[in-house]
Amino acid sequence: MTRHILITSAAVLALTAPAFAANKADVVANYANIAAAKYEDSLTTAKTLQAAVNALIENPSAEALHNAQGAWLASRVPYQQTEVYRFGNAAVDDWEGKVNAWPLDEGLIDYVDAAYGGPSDENPLAALNVVANASFDISGETIDAAEITPALLESLHEADGVEANVATGYHAIEFLLWGQDMNGHNHGAGDRPWTDFAAGDACTSDNCDRRAAYLKAATDLLVSDLEFMAAQWSVDGEARATVSGDTDAGLVAILTGMGSLSYGEQAGERMRLGLLLNDPEEEHDCFSDNTHNSHYYDGLGIQNVYLGEYVRVDGSLVSGPSVSDLVAEVNADLDAELQAKLSTTMMSLGRIKTAAESGFSYDQMLERGNAAGEALVMGGVDGLVDQTKSIEAAVKALGLDQLAFEGSDSLDNPDAVFQ
Amino acid sequence: MRTSSATVFCLLFASTSVQALDDRHLNVVPRTDAETKRIQGVTAAPTDFSQPQKFESRPGGAATVPVRNDAFAFKQPSANLSKEDGLIFRMGEAMFDKLWVSSPSSTLASDGLGPLYNARNCLGCHQKSGRGHAPEGPDDDALSLAIKLAIPGQQADQIYEIEDFLATRPEPTYGSQIQDFNLPGHPAEARIEVTFEELDIALSGGKTATLRRPSYALKDLGYGPLHHDVMFSPRVAPQMIGLGLLDAIPADDILANADPDDANGDGISGRANITWSVEYQRPMLGRFGLKAGAPTLRQQSAAAFAADIGISTPLFEAGHGDCTKEQVECIDAPHGDGDVRVFEVDEIGLDLVTFYSANLAVPARRDVDDPEVLRGKEVFHTTGCASCHTPSFVTHRLEEQPTQSFQLIWPYTDMLLHDMGPDLADNRPEGRATGQEWRTPPLWGIGLTRQVSGHTQFLHDGRARNILEAILWHGGEAQSARDTVVSMPPADRAALIRFIESL
Repeated sequence: MTRHILITSAAVLALTAPAFAANKADVVANYANIAAAKYEDSLTTAKTLQAAVNALIENPSAEALHNAQGAWLASRVPYQQTEVYRFGNAAVDDWEGKVNAWPLDEGLIDYVDAAYGGPSDENPLAALNVVANASFDISGETIDAAEITPALLESLHEADGVEANVATGYHAIEFLLWGQDMNGHNHGAGDRPWTDFAAGDACTSDNCDRRAAYLKAATDLLVSDLEFMAAQWSVDGEARATVSGDTDAGLVAILTGMGSLSYGEQAGERMRLGLLLNDPEEEHDCFSDNTHNSHYYDGLGIQNVYLGEYVRVDGSLVSGPSVSDLVAEVNADLDAELQAKLSTTMMSLGRIKTAAESGFSYDQMLERGNAAGEALVMGGVDGLVDQTKSIEAAVKALGLDQLAFEGSDSLDNPDAVFQ
Repeated sequence: MRTSSATVFCLLFASTSVQALDDRHLNVVPRTDAETKRIQGVTAAPTDFSQPQKFESRPGGAATVPVRNDAFAFKQPSANLSKEDGLIFRMGEAMFDKLWVSSPSSTLASDGLGPLYNARNCLGCHQKSGRGHAPEGPDDDALSLAIKLAIPGQQADQIYEIEDFLATRPEPTYGSQIQDFNLPGHPAEARIEVTFEELDIALSGGKTATLRRPSYALKDLGYGPLHHDVMFSPRVAPQMIGLGLLDAIPADDILANADPDDANGDGISGRANITWSVEYQRPMLGRFGLKAGAPTLRQQSAAAFAADIGISTPLFEAGHGDCTKEQVECIDAPHGDGDVRVFEVDEIGLDLVTFYSANLAVPARRDVDDPEVLRGKEVFHTTGCASCHTPSFVTHRLEEQPTQSFQLIWPYTDMLLHDMGPDLADNRPEGRATGQEWRTPPLWGIGLTRQVSGHTQFLHDGRARNILEAILWHGGEAQSARDTVVSMPPADRAALIRFIESL
């Protein structure tokens, strides 16, 4: 008999069993429960966003735009905490590009300022975007964009032969709600006027109806994509079955997800690379200036997967046996070390968030020569790299390090190499 | 005016002697005499095939990684990379995977795609760092296959510092490569269509192999007819493992195997390609690309950014990539350069991608001590395969690249050009390489092709569907070795293939 009652969206039961040694299957089951809760929360908040977008389109106003922006920001909180599921779970990784692809081909969606990196005079090609054109050619194929639907957005990049969904997902919606951030390294987000969605003569930048249609299609698509992923982790979902089918492989998925997001993805690609390239918009949520939260909740997702507990958007707690319990059983010091490192990282990411919320925004931190900004960002990078080392030690401590490799020939023997 | 191929000059002006080539892209610690002697010993041809050679199970030396059991076997960093350098590897990977977007865009460091392109990112063609494949037929897209173009060169295209240089110039309208994708508002250059014709080859033991001979056509030309002297070279993306090690083989050791006049009478010549280094503005030994047209990994990466994605770098500065002046709209379109990074990819970005490419690790060999594998290895050597597929080298001792420094490596290539006969010819010269010459490709990792790429297609255009077919296409200098494989006892042929699959 399982010691857990599976989580439903309404009721949550946390069943910790201190009397029993943590059991691998239960750890994996709790991991899947947390995934289900996170994706359900992502879906719930996306539906709130959908309602706000519909209200904006129905009755455009500054307040309606502001409400939609607020709903978008709220929807990012649970979603970013799911990112730790991306690595190690093929079902998530294969799907993720549809909802969170970055960077965004904004020039393909709507008008962009031609002075932004292009020639100084107005260029007619810069206006070739879906919002402004009912029909256009991509790679020898004529795209009929008379009606902007979720299906059209999905098909938009199939002409490229690979799935390069750079015109859908959270960031497409973000771009339509905020517009380009024209503030460079200065404080401030994009500033799209609500009249970009207004009817009749009040409409600014033309094609307000098509812009609204794009926004609606992208939001509807996001909701249906999240419905798909929430179902993947439900009681009989495929992603849950995959991690549960082989508990050792499931544990590898958990730790791989934590390690890959910490190291290559967040520390490397999202944080240190932005610093190296000094691009104020080489940040994850650039139009809304929300990158500090994007980083913070990514970090939190890593921590809460390790600890096996997640606070839902309704305030309830999902918790259960965790990888932390398993590591503590074989090496209590290592578990304490990893917990401490995860906390240190959250402290560093918290500093970035605090600074950004009090007026020193993430794009300012990336400016070349900004020592305070660099120190803040590198604090996060260093914490993430450091925790990765302990995550790798945890993989070894649990005896999972040879799972992904064939053969038993160890390459550790220094005599085996000519020197 | 018609330019015939007869006007390709092979003038011998103040040409660089082959021996004067150096490795100025590396910070080299000179070899001692004692080291040279040790290296001669360890790279000498094997004589005992009853057991594996010491070290041969680690083809990438200390950089060798264990074999992953999934499709990511070619995506691992060098085993001897530090945690800190590992982060540089991951940032390089992020640049490699990054989907470029059209300009202008808020993401200044990520815009500048095209306007004409073959793929939106490096990964598009180099899936999992493995090999590309030929389109299945006329209706399949040619994502990981590109067609390079040229017309015969004129006097102005000649590089007099390079002996036997075969001058060419880009096709006047379409440039040096067909880009089959485009941003909205620009016509794509063409659609690549491939058809195959099958032919049977009789083998010993009453067996038959079937080869497929491709023909290529460019349909839906977007910018008018091609020049009447146009030369095509279809190429699939090669695998990407061990490139930093190949970059670090001493030029002298490669040149030592060159035998352009076949002085030793073994029927194998082996010529060095010598190409112009954009970075150092001088001739250097060509190493990368299917005809060794690029001297360094850095230049090869920059050339791919330019031709395949339309991205400029400090080495190839045009924001419009491969567009020619006849493609006015493309030239005049917004590009991603001219911001704080100056180019669409700056020095930092190019170095990251180069570092990543240099450190995609070679996986360990499998079954080195299996009797059939050992027998196959013997057949490999006695048949003459090793005359061009040179088993091993020792890399330079390097000041700043510990992972590539002084490694005994087993790439199974001599890095030289060989005439492969008319059947494989693309008839498009590149540098000193004639239309019939190709650089010996490394064989390391070849047995993992199916696991990584989901297919076993080989040769420059992916026409061979398995290792045997690839061998059977060998002609020219390799004709006699190929004929030996056709006539040898079937068990030996099977052992030979088993050995190659263990690499």
